[in-house]
Amino acid sequence: MADGKRRKVGRSEGGSTTPGGPSNRPLVQPSHDFRVVGKALRKVDATAKVLGVTKFADDLSLPRMLYCKLLRSPHPHARIVRIDAARALTLPGVKAVLTGKDLPIPFGILPVSQDEHALALDKARFVGDPVAGVAAVSEEVATAALDLIAVEYEPLRPIRDHLDAVEHPEPRIHDYGDHGNLHKLINLEFGDVEAGFAEAELVREDLLFFEGNTHLPMEQHAAVAEWSPDGKLTLWSSTQTPHYVHRALAKVLELPPARVRVIATTNGGAFGGKSDPFSHEIVVAKLAMLTGRPVKITLTREEVFYCHRGRHPTLMWVKTGVKKDGAITAMHFKSLLDGGGYGSYGVASTYYTGALQTVTHHVPRYKFQGARAFTNKPPCGPKRGHGTPQPRFALEVHFDKIAEQLGIDPADFRLKHLVPPHSLTANWLRIGSMGLAECIRKVVAGSGWKERYRKLPYGQGVGLACSSYITGAGLPIYWNAMPHSGVQLKCDRGGGVTVFCGSTEIGQGSDSVLAIIVAEVLGLDPFDIAVVAADTDLTPVDLGSYSSRVTLMTGNAAIQAAERARDLIARHAAPKLEAPVERITFVGGRVFDAASPERGISFAEAVQLAEAAAGTVGTVGSYTPAAGAGKYRGAGVGPSPAYSYSACVALVDVDPATGIVRVPKIWIAHDVGRSINAAAVMGQIEGSIYMGLGEALMEEMAYRGNRNVVHKIPSLLEYKSPTTLEMCDVITYVVEDPDPNGPFGAKECGQGPLLPVPPAVANAVYDAVGVRIDEVPITPEKVFKALRRKEKGEEPRFGPLGFPDLPWPEPTRVAPPWEGGDGRAGEGGRGREKAVGVTAGRRR
Amino acid sequence: MLRLPSFKYLQPKTLKEALAMKADAGPDGMYVAGGTDLYPNMKRRHQEPRTVISLMAIPELKRLEGWNVGTCVTLTELSNLPTFQHSYPAVAHAAALVSTPLLRNMGTLGGNLCLDTRCNYYDQTYEWRKAIDFCMKKDGHICWVAPSSPRCWAVSSSDVAPVAVAIGAEFLLVGPQGERVIPAGRFYHNDGINYLTKQPDEILVEVRLPAPDGWDAVYHKLRRRGSFDFPVLGVAAWVRREGGRVTDARIVLGGVASWPQEIPEAAAALRDGELGDDAIAAAAAAAYRPAKPLDNTDFDLSWRKQMTRVYVKAALEELRQRRG
Ligand SMILES: Cc1cc2nc3c(=O)[nH]c(=O)nc-3n(C[C@H](O)[C@H](O)[C@H](O)COP(=O)(O)OP(=O)(O)OC[C@H]3O[C@@H](n4cnc5c(N)ncnc54)[C@H](O)[C@@H]3O)c2cc1C
Ligand code: SF4
Repeated sequence: MADGKRRKVGRSEGGSTTPGGPSNRPLVQPSHDFRVVGKALRKVDATAKVLGVTKFADDLSLPRMLYCKLLRSPHPHARIVRIDAARALTLPGVKAVLTGKDLPIPFGILPVSQDEHALALDKARFVGDPVAGVAAVSEEVATAALDLIAVEYEPLRPIRDHLDAVEHPEPRIHDYGDHGNLHKLINLEFGDVEAGFAEAELVREDLLFFEGNTHLPMEQHAAVAEWSPDGKLTLWSSTQTPHYVHRALAKVLELPPARVRVIATTNGGAFGGKSDPFSHEIVVAKLAMLTGRPVKITLTREEVFYCHRGRHPTLMWVKTGVKKDGAITAMHFKSLLDGGGYGSYGVASTYYTGALQTVTHHVPRYKFQGARAFTNKPPCGPKRGHGTPQPRFALEVHFDKIAEQLGIDPADFRLKHLVPPHSLTANWLRIGSMGLAECIRKVVAGSGWKERYRKLPYGQGVGLACSSYITGAGLPIYWNAMPHSGVQLKCDRGGGVTVFCGSTEIGQGSDSVLAIIVAEVLGLDPFDIAVVAADTDLTPVDLGSYSSRVTLMTGNAAIQAAERARDLIARHAAPKLEAPVERITFVGGRVFDAASPERGISFAEAVQLAEAAAGTVGTVGSYTPAAGAGKYRGAGVGPSPAYSYSACVALVDVDPATGIVRVPKIWIAHDVGRSINAAAVMGQIEGSIYMGLGEALMEEMAYRGNRNVVHKIPSLLEYKSPTTLEMCDVITYVVEDPDPNGPFGAKECGQGPLLPVPPAVANAVYDAVGVRIDEVPITPEKVFKALRRKEKGEEPRFGPLGFPDLPWPEPTRVAPPWEGGDGRAGEGGRGREKAVGVTAGRRR
Repeated sequence: MLRLPSFKYLQPKTLKEALAMKADAGPDGMYVAGGTDLYPNMKRRHQEPRTVISLMAIPELKRLEGWNVGTCVTLTELSNLPTFQHSYPAVAHAAALVSTPLLRNMGTLGGNLCLDTRCNYYDQTYEWRKAIDFCMKKDGHICWVAPSSPRCWAVSSSDVAPVAVAIGAEFLLVGPQGERVIPAGRFYHNDGINYLTKQPDEILVEVRLPAPDGWDAVYHKLRRRGSFDFPVLGVAAWVRREGGRVTDARIVLGGVASWPQEIPEAAAALRDGELGDDAIAAAAAAAYRPAKPLDNTDFDLSWRKQMTRVYVKAALEELRQRRG
């Protein structure tokens, strides 16, 4: 959601389902009304998964299938002088070899960053960048063929990291971008922060760093392509975004979209790592077209590290002014992201590092400067929490330090000056329900915070942090005025209901959400509902499983489709039941008169009545979020139909002799609005804690800067992620503060609960041994060094020491709502940014 | 997927047959036991045998007679044997600390003692190694860890080897020239490439443990996670005591050199005294000095060196406590 997406969407507040729908339903119903929603249910696809029956992309095998391998660049930054595949083609069993010139059309997930080629065209930008693709009768032959492809490279100086990129505008990795090797520079100011700092009684500055890490899904990416002699292409792929892959395939292969079918196979985990269109997907498609045979690729674990799109390493500087009671007067936040070799979602990621600082505690004046660097490493992108765990880490550690300086208990500090529900923030985000206070109270009480904080023996500590996350991005990736999610419903005369939706099951339970919601509305058993998802030929578009959007958006679309079906069926059942339509009720597979429930028929009979009277029973539903309140350039990132909230307390044990940190227990409270499936909500929260713990303690995308910028540890063994033994006990409190925009009030829970974990652990380490680790992962080496410094009387801290000067553009000045602005740049503020806003709207 | 290359797989039933098969295959043949080290290495093209000779169907190698252990006993069996847990807790414990339960079900004692040395410039795929222009241990000419060094510094990463050396186990080897028995300490070379004194065609048949007659030993392992990870530091400490006084001691470190590194200075600091705080501190300091970790495993090397002191101290304190 790069700039350029900001358009006025002529829709009512609070999002809309398509016009003409029924629904005078109360927006939020009390939970005791629900029969299925909110129960703890098995996921509808769980048994097959647990028994190993589910077919993943790599399980697919088609007659005459060929196998693909990609040749990858051994150079981090090099011009490709010449590629000669002649020898590879002579190897028996090799059927085709592709190079960059066979697929010259660029692509990329964001319209503003169409900077990738399926195979490097003239330049390789990281070790692992795909350069050639082979199709052969076996993987072994394809692998052998790679060694026979001669590539002549002219190495260029590699850019190792974000600081190297700042110092070396040349050689440029891409010939586009805001400045040298700085891909994107953002400067936004909401109100006069300097005036805000002047009003403060304490102003504090901190520098923090969040190391990059990767998604580590269990399933490696795999794809199979088939080209039918009838001129149609089918791609099965482990992707979270079949719709965007569909668009990229049509573009790069120059095929009419109608001839391309993308089927997202069940993902064995994704976490954001399967939400870009990838080189390997396009290459197998092209190879299938060339050879007329199905072609499959399954990436190695190492190659998954090269696909990456994970957490951006982010250097951050934050300055906040507060009153003695903790009220914030102004905040200034700077971030510098190490983006890797391509754009990916990076422009959006960069905006996200500055977007959600304002949604937990009231920030009356706010300034954000963000930059993303191109570097010669695998591209970064969206990982669970997309761009927000880094600033949340910075902010919550910073708040912990401020609270200490003010002599306020950090839990009390966080309970004060919360953003009110149903309000606007300084950067014009529209907050709906806001259950953070309840979350804080729950974890404070549950963890015995008051008895533990600053009172535990040396080596043990507790730390607290809060957070918030979006429930779906307010804008699509590419500008369009159409719904973000669509659902079709078919009711069979046998009583079966099939729900068709483009949403993608990545283990998060989206198929279950569809089944539960439809079952709730039609009074059926969710395990009887057939879900057909993520197939561009069969299902209406859903934008994809990212930004925690699916439950809210497909959920609302499913409610609309199901309510339309219910109304249609009720209309034709009513005469038979001799009851007014309003009294026709759907429960337990029956349709009956609410006034005399014994007068009823089965759901199947009711469908038959409707089908006899009105023809095939099918309905549709869709959902489009409301337009955001902000109208400035960059306002597209941050708005969401609803914000989830979390609070977390971590208990840590720090061994002062080694610096080793263990986390025995975490208490987390999460405001999910409303649980659709209570078991899945708990699972998502616990899974988020697990992932957050890995980021807090050990996960790290390490590169050897001095050895060709190779990834140091691209394996499941050496890329350290916690095992079950490192996983802590988790006490979860589900807070339900229903949001008017959510389906039955539901908000997200798949990403938000990760955010408070790293800062809670960092704050707890300080409580335990009195050293500040202003950097994640919090490894034993860092704690050990900080403890040494403390012993020597030096600053008891480990963290970054400076933030470089960057060529920021003139700020876009937007007055906050309480200073009389209208969400636009310039007016009401002191800016003159209108021109920029207008041109931005026209880019691509 | 990362695939195994094609190879011929043989399963001899006797030692003689195994030796004959190896003789036939020549340098292109290799023995395999559980395969948990060899097969991943073959996927990465570290070892490229055309013929793989499994030792798992040879009954002698599965034998357990008194304190003599056949080398094809799995690590799970070794760590679960009640006699071992009682008489050789350090051996059972070290075996139990190897990797994960799944790998211990496959991995054997012999494979563990012959484990290839490790280095994170080397334990990488062929394509990765190509990107750094390979290294001396396989396909290249230079050592990236110590570029001016004429030798390879890949790390001995077995958990059981330091214990075997510390307690003074002996190894029975059978080769085309017949049998020989050598002390565990003489089985290893401090060289990342030629890390074993064993000839490629020799089979490690049996490990002979010393009778449990009044000595005690412990093993402590440092690694990032509680499962899965190789040791970045292993401390095997062995003492013989008479009436509270230490009459003999051996401290052997794993994960810091290309062989299990014996630290005689640390042992000397313990000899002829009680296991008092001062002696323990002196031994820990003595172990710290020669430990020379390099930047080729998990964790920062200076921290790993610091940890030698902490871990040796903890190991000796446990020994003291066990007797006390
Ligand atoms: C993810 C992972 C984690 C691991 N973690 C650890 C760890 O924490 N600690 C640890 O010590 N090890 C670890 N290992 C290494 C390995 O699993 C164990 O060392 C195991 O004991 C090896 O035994 P094996 O029988 O599988 O060996 P194999 O792979 O069968 O053999 C290893 C080598 O020894 C040779 N060999 C085997 N048996 C004989 C014999 N009887 N005579 C002559 N030569 C022989 C083989 O030719 C080969 O070169 C790990 C491995 C993996 C993949
Ligand atoms: S120590 Fe040096 S030679 Fe040995 S494996 Fe590592 S880099 Fe290669």
